[in-house]
Amino acid sequence: MSGIPHDHYEPKSGGAKWLHRRLPIASLLYDTVTIPTPKNLNWMWIWGIVLTFCLALQIVTGIVLAMHYTPHVDMAFASIEHIMRNVNGGHMLRYLHMNGASLFFFAVYLHIFRGLYYGSYKAPREVTWIIGMLIYLLMMGTAFMGYVLPWGQMSFWGATVITGLFGAIPFIGEPIQTWLLGGPAVGNATLNRFFSLHYLLPFVIAALVAIHIWAFHTTGNNNPTGVEVRRDSKAVAEKDTVPFWPYFVIKDLFALGLILAVFFAIVGFMPNYLGHPDNYIEADPLVTPAHIVPEWYFLPFYAILRAFTSDVWVVMFTSWITGGIIDAKFFGVLAMFGAIAVMFVAPWLDTSGVRSGRYRPMFKWWFALLVIDFIVLMWAGAMPAEPPYSTISLIGSAYWFAYFLVILPLLGVIEKPNSAPATIEDDFESHYGKASGTPAE
Amino acid sequence: MLKKLSLAAVAALTLSGGAAVAAGGAGHVDDVAFSFEGPFGTFDQNQLQRGLKVYTQVCSSCHGMKYVPLRTLSDEGGPHLPVDQVRAYAENFEVFDEDLGDYRPAKPTDHFPESMDPNAPDLSLMAKARAGFHGPYGTGLSQLFRGMGGPEYITALLTGYTGEDKMEAGTLFYENTAFPGGWISMAPPLYGEDVDFDDGAPNDMQSEAEDVAAFMMWAAEPKMMARQHAGFVGVLFLSVLTVLLYLTNKRLWAPIKGKKSV
Repeated sequence: MSGIPHDHYEPKSGGAKWLHRRLPIASLLYDTVTIPTPKNLNWMWIWGIVLTFCLALQIVTGIVLAMHYTPHVDMAFASIEHIMRNVNGGHMLRYLHMNGASLFFFAVYLHIFRGLYYGSYKAPREVTWIIGMLIYLLMMGTAFMGYVLPWGQMSFWGATVITGLFGAIPFIGEPIQTWLLGGPAVGNATLNRFFSLHYLLPFVIAALVAIHIWAFHTTGNNNPTGVEVRRDSKAVAEKDTVPFWPYFVIKDLFALGLILAVFFAIVGFMPNYLGHPDNYIEADPLVTPAHIVPEWYFLPFYAILRAFTSDVWVVMFTSWITGGIIDAKFFGVLAMFGAIAVMFVAPWLDTSGVRSGRYRPMFKWWFALLVIDFIVLMWAGAMPAEPPYSTISLIGSAYWFAYFLVILPLLGVIEKPNSAPATIEDDFESHYGKASGTPAE
Repeated sequence: MLKKLSLAAVAALTLSGGAAVAAGGAGHVDDVAFSFEGPFGTFDQNQLQRGLKVYTQVCSSCHGMKYVPLRTLSDEGGPHLPVDQVRAYAENFEVFDEDLGDYRPAKPTDHFPESMDPNAPDLSLMAKARAGFHGPYGTGLSQLFRGMGGPEYITALLTGYTGEDKMEAGTLFYENTAFPGGWISMAPPLYGEDVDFDDGAPNDMQSEAEDVAAFMMWAAEPKMMARQHAGFVGVLFLSVLTVLLYLTNKRLWAPIKGKKSV
């Protein structure tokens, strides 16, 4: 592996040498866990471990749940009750899986906003960022399809609304929608393919996670200063870094333990708090729930979807200029996917030469506003689509786009950044003083 | 700054989570101090048995509970009826046996029957399906801090009839202060003294409503005690592990941070 100079694996015993000549797997593992890691990483760098844990938790609990679940419209709801009542430990498995999805998204949002604040998406880490965004997209698809499986009212109507979005695409929308659903409406064919894909996609995510890790192990980790590790020699690099094992493994496990304690309290004492009560009513195509609300982690983008109604001038103008091909519904769909697309291209929209937000006095405030905007959109997404919530959603959506498309490109030109420390070592020593000893083993 | 923002995100998550749950409409629901609330709450076995009696003598004439196996009535932590009593209770119901091609008395391995009246919803999960009627202002805070949810709503609904009714499109609707919209097609099921309890507990309307609401919570979440126990053990072990990892981490980093080893 190129990148930061460090010790490499040397097979010692005869057996290890034999294996190493045939398959250097021990070397790969050694280099992965001992990668030199900037020693000034703060607590926002723990989410990667939390996310890896979440993926493992969801796959393990999910595989066992799939052993007891029946993907059929007449039996799915009853099979969930079978899991909850008759399967040994089934209620815990299901609640862990259900709330595991919430923990997964909670962690991924903090991980993404960490990247946005400290400029982790900037060169040379664009590929890591894009792979990460792909993982996030797949997570959304997987979570959405997983929510359909219990075949409750919110499952059914959520699926109807979201797949209906594809129907908004001009000309080819309806054939696409029918093709996705496997029929004219959400039904048994839909449930079966969603189950199949819900089982498949986590393994695609796992593969992408491996590539995500490979990518940032090639470039090295970003860090709170955004200053790169010095690579002149191994001795110099060691002034800026410590090996991942044991220093960050133990630190991350400590954080994971704390987060899981809170997670278990939620699973044990209030497992349905983040869910919607309507999903304990079996799906009924003839009864529409009063409010169709997605899971909390989709709310910001759901708010953006609903914000662009036909009385907004941008929508009217677009509709007029395209001769009605882009109507309000399609505009909303484009806006929702656009809100994610602008995150993909953030590395090229941000023109600032300074990586970390810590040394960007103006950026800091715009970024804080973006986080507040995200929270406001989340709240507005849960509210009914009527004034004043629709206006709030529209302002929130406008800021989301403005941040990526206008503010990020402009700030790089007009902002005068503060000076960052010359090295990671300087930053670390300004916190903790000069190191006295050698790393403990 | 990022630390502050992540705290704000946690706060927002709890709020918006509640808000998502709360979209349901407004009726008036009062808090009831049920025995099963809070991390250490347990079902009151006597109350569940009283609630079962109310369910059997009143609710079950229209409603069913098709997801609840009759045998679970003898489960510990639930109504905990003796096995022979459950067997005798099951025989009150008729179920269709596909092997016989005919109806036969139910056995403990069967489930409660489905609703008799096709318009009466199944009550198996009602206490969880109606968890959403709580505020204030759709924040879900009363659920978070006072444990208000489905059982409170069921109690309020059963006692919320004003005595007014109206005909609309051939259906008789009754005014109810807890029901969203204010008018419900279910006739008032409880008047007080509908059921005589073997343990001599009060059988006024409020007590009957609370007892049957508690029973329906058990029916919807029979593994609540086991779940809370698992949660408690999980939190306890993870807390100990976290403290140990904290101390390990502190000692591990001490030389790097230039501090004396602990």
